[in-house]
Amino acid sequence: MESVRPPKSPGFQGTSPVLARGGAPNGVPTKVTQGSQTKGGIGESTLRPDGTLKVTGEFAYSSDLWHEDMLWGQILRSPVAHAEIVSIDTSEALALPGVYAVMTYDDLPTDVKHYGLEIQDTPVLAHGKVRHHGEPVAIVAADHPETARRAAAKIKVDYRELPVVTDEKSATAPDAILVHENRDDHHIGHVSHPNIVHRQPIVRGDADAAAARADVIVKGEYYFGMQDQAFLGPESGLAVPEEDGGVHLYIATQWLHSDLRQIAPVLGLPEKKVRMTLAGVGGAFGGREDLSMQIHACLLALRTGKPVKIVYNRFESFFGHVHRHPARLYYEHGATRDGKLTHVRCRIVLDGGAYASASPAVVGNASSLGIGPYVVDDVEIEAIALYTNNPPCGAMRGFGAVQACFAYEAQMDKVAGELGLDPVEFRRRNAMEQGTIMPTGQPVDSPAPVAELLRRVKAMPLPPERQWESSEGADVRQLPGGLSNTTHGEGVVRGVGYAVGIKNVGFSEGFDDYSTAKVRMEVVAGQPVATVHTAMAEVGQGGVTVHAQIARTELGVTQVTIHPADTQVGSAGSTSASRQTYVTGGAVKNACELVREKVLALGRRQFGSYHPAWATAELLLEGGKVVTDGGEVLADLVDVLGDEAVEIEAEWRHRATEPFDLRTGQGNGHVQYSFAAHRAVVEVDTELGLVKVVELACAQDVGKALNPLSVVGQIQGGTTQGLGIAVMEEIIVDPVTAKVRNPSFTDYLIPTILDTPTIPVDVLELADDHAPYGLRGIGEAPTLSSTPAVLAAIRNATGLELNRTPVRPEHLTGNA
Amino acid sequence: MDFLRPASWEEALAAKAAHPTAVPIAGGTDVMVEINFDHRRPDHLLDLGRVAELGEWEVGEESVRLGASVPYSRIMEHLRAELPGLALASHTVASPQIRNRGGVGGNLGTASPAGDAHPALLAAGAEVEAVSVRGTRLIPIDDFYTGVKRNALAPDELIRAVHVQKADGPQQYSKVGTRNAMVIAVCAFGLALHPETRTVRTGIGSAAPTPIRARIAEEFLNSALEEGGFWDNGKIVTPSVAKQFADLCAAACNPIDDVRGTASYRRHAVGVMARRTLTWTWESYRGARHTTEGAA
Repeated sequence: MESVRPPKSPGFQGTSPVLARGGAPNGVPTKVTQGSQTKGGIGESTLRPDGTLKVTGEFAYSSDLWHEDMLWGQILRSPVAHAEIVSIDTSEALALPGVYAVMTYDDLPTDVKHYGLEIQDTPVLAHGKVRHHGEPVAIVAADHPETARRAAAKIKVDYRELPVVTDEKSATAPDAILVHENRDDHHIGHVSHPNIVHRQPIVRGDADAAAARADVIVKGEYYFGMQDQAFLGPESGLAVPEEDGGVHLYIATQWLHSDLRQIAPVLGLPEKKVRMTLAGVGGAFGGREDLSMQIHACLLALRTGKPVKIVYNRFESFFGHVHRHPARLYYEHGATRDGKLTHVRCRIVLDGGAYASASPAVVGNASSLGIGPYVVDDVEIEAIALYTNNPPCGAMRGFGAVQACFAYEAQMDKVAGELGLDPVEFRRRNAMEQGTIMPTGQPVDSPAPVAELLRRVKAMPLPPERQWESSEGADVRQLPGGLSNTTHGEGVVRGVGYAVGIKNVGFSEGFDDYSTAKVRMEVVAGQPVATVHTAMAEVGQGGVTVHAQIARTELGVTQVTIHPADTQVGSAGSTSASRQTYVTGGAVKNACELVREKVLALGRRQFGSYHPAWATAELLLEGGKVVTDGGEVLADLVDVLGDEAVEIEAEWRHRATEPFDLRTGQGNGHVQYSFAAHRAVVEVDTELGLVKVVELACAQDVGKALNPLSVVGQIQGGTTQGLGIAVMEEIIVDPVTAKVRNPSFTDYLIPTILDTPTIPVDVLELADDHAPYGLRGIGEAPTLSSTPAVLAAIRNATGLELNRTPVRPEHLTGNA
Repeated sequence: MDFLRPASWEEALAAKAAHPTAVPIAGGTDVMVEINFDHRRPDHLLDLGRVAELGEWEVGEESVRLGASVPYSRIMEHLRAELPGLALASHTVASPQIRNRGGVGGNLGTASPAGDAHPALLAAGAEVEAVSVRGTRLIPIDDFYTGVKRNALAPDELIRAVHVQKADGPQQYSKVGTRNAMVIAVCAFGLALHPETRTVRTGIGSAAPTPIRARIAEEFLNSALEEGGFWDNGKIVTPSVAKQFADLCAAACNPIDDVRGTASYRRHAVGVMARRTLTWTWESYRGARHTTEGAA
């Protein structure tokens, strides 16, 4: 029989695109073999276990949870952005039949009344003050959701409105009203105003001297609108009180253990009495990193002694999670005539809204990745996040890096224009590569194929011109406006634009970003079976698929069970920062290797005397057997294991990072970088300002595609989310009242299938030697360059400057 | 909230007479959204789902009697020749699921300026068949929209059908939204040529407190076409005429700034749509005329 060694570290090197275009729709490959013969192992496009259920509507999401005798929780939220709470009267609500409990700040059981990812500044329920529109003020439990809703409406809250701060000018004025008084967090010492959450400067080289060498200097000011994650499954969960006085929370989240750390102290329970099980998650994109209804449901369950379910509707969901930071970005680029960047200066002002959430990390990313994937020795960067009375902003796919990429790529086009250079050629001349030093001083020590990615998207054939023309007249589906029938070709101009971006993978700046996996191997019904148990939140990224693939490859078995994610195993860290395949995948691989060692030791003990190879050869698990690296079968795993179960739980860490210096921004702050490039082709109806994105081609380096189909899916999804913020997605906040004006899918638009272009994907696999299998985190990079590529294409079509995103029709017609 | 389920049209009329504040519900695509979000809590819902004839249509010699509940998807499928403007408008309504449920009666009952059917009904010159236990009357569409989300129905009246003249010439419909499908109108424009009467009618949506016609623009174009003998000679409408028509259509608007768009953009976009739809319909009219002549 044949045997193949399970790949160790990087299994593949080279530049060949393993996922060629053509064949399956949109270049999706159905199978790519990567050397392992274990069926369903890494490198194969095994199918998602939940895929069919989700498509057919049978998958149980957290909003489908049900329990006998359960109550429904409802949250009363602030109708104003900033106000003192003079009084709260709950008596009428409590008097409503069917109401079991009404709770306010005064009913919180312990001294811990705030939570937060990094800074515990968010009240569980408002205390004397609300700081943003939609802030939770009181909670209700009732025997019917409608009763709970009506009861909440009967709570009388007397608000005395306060002035609002909504932007850098109003927030940092000397006499500005403070969003948080008496700050004592660890950032307050290095910010110039209490309404600044965090500030990160990065200084390298001598920008003044470099600017003196520049032949052209280009300045620009940009605005990036507030994007919503718009996950389709709204916030929901079920808290069930337990006999030991604890509570079991079934919840859709991105990080069970982070939730647990924040929930338990507020409830006054030890962490072991708060059991958490992941419920079906309907998307996340960063919006489930912060708590939403978790503590509220637990409080009501413990108060009433009954299970309590809370489900937001779409309206409430817009208030129930943090959004992407809107940003104002100021850039100066210099270059020499021969097309080399001399220096970059930039200042990035992120609006964090009323609570800190992930703002400090967003500042870290925006600053450290602020000039993009280019070689620039002389830089001055500053990023800050503000406290304002706008909606709180935090994690969303690509955070910090997304906003910066939109601006620096616009600048790159402007400089290229000034120099009379092709925008791709100008980027190529400045593209970073392996060995480039980041503005933080950190060397890029794995492949950085920036120029190659651009070359690849540029080399793809362009979609045919005037595709709407047919013998029966114009096919409006191919035109801006689509079936709304606004043009039959009149005023339509094509544009093409390019962009490339750089994103960090994993948690940075010295964070202990570990994951844990428990792997068990035993014989079930005469077959060797592996069970993988982690606390990883499957939010759609495909971890449940990939973990099984890793176990098959490492343990040589085909049957792998993925245990439901819960807190009965150690933390897996967050499903964010493109990190789960890397970190929890790494933890699963590590635990599998430890299990394999134990299994082999078990085999040696039982059968070592029968064959000398047990002692001398390198042994592998393959096809349910122990084999030598030469392929000789030594034993069946069924015989080796017998009645024993081999189980190991182990933590795994990627290499450590360090914080950025607070003054200079220097430090090896990031684990890994991820790169993608896009070419956008758009048709713009220049008279009506309507845009149809015809094609968004992407090339991305993924290091190693563990599941090529999922990789392409992530790239296409990220690309589409980037398209959304380019042409339609924006939470509109009234600048005077700081209230959200469009909290619905009627007026917050996300791309439909008819807005989604063809997305050809070209995947490179250049191994990162530091990462498991050489893989690279992939989920976020495509979201970065998609937006600026679309903007560049629209600028190319219209000749307009367009310094804000999303672009709305009135910006293109001069009717803003 | 009481849920009334009349088994017949007569029962429905009796129920509406007995409960004049009852809110009729058919496809539910508008009403249910309001109820789910607690924007509206009527004492009675009057379910018209069992009144089968509301989902039927009759094509007569002169006009189509279109049941109030005929879903948009049916209009697209079956009435494209008779009601081309309304069929085009139907295409732009929401999603396939909504188009399978919603009908013109709902648009008229809600009378939102953003209802997709209104500009097409205005341009075609429809009449609303309003019925009560007291009897039946036909309300000209021009008199139907009386204010923001208000219409000319009496409290005891229900919409039985709309009567729309079968197209005697080309009709067009355009709608601007900020995505390419499933979008509420930023503004919309309907145009119908009526060669039999040598008139042009328009309809504008989402650019004034109610759906409106651009009457001055129509009058201008009617005289320009008449004076130039365009209906007979089939010449291309001169760009200056098209431009002035477009400008007058834009001037007819009385829009607002909101999250969906600026007033300035709405005016501008209505002008562009007016010019384009005039070009399309006129080209089509000339083409048809040419073909007829050729055949003769």
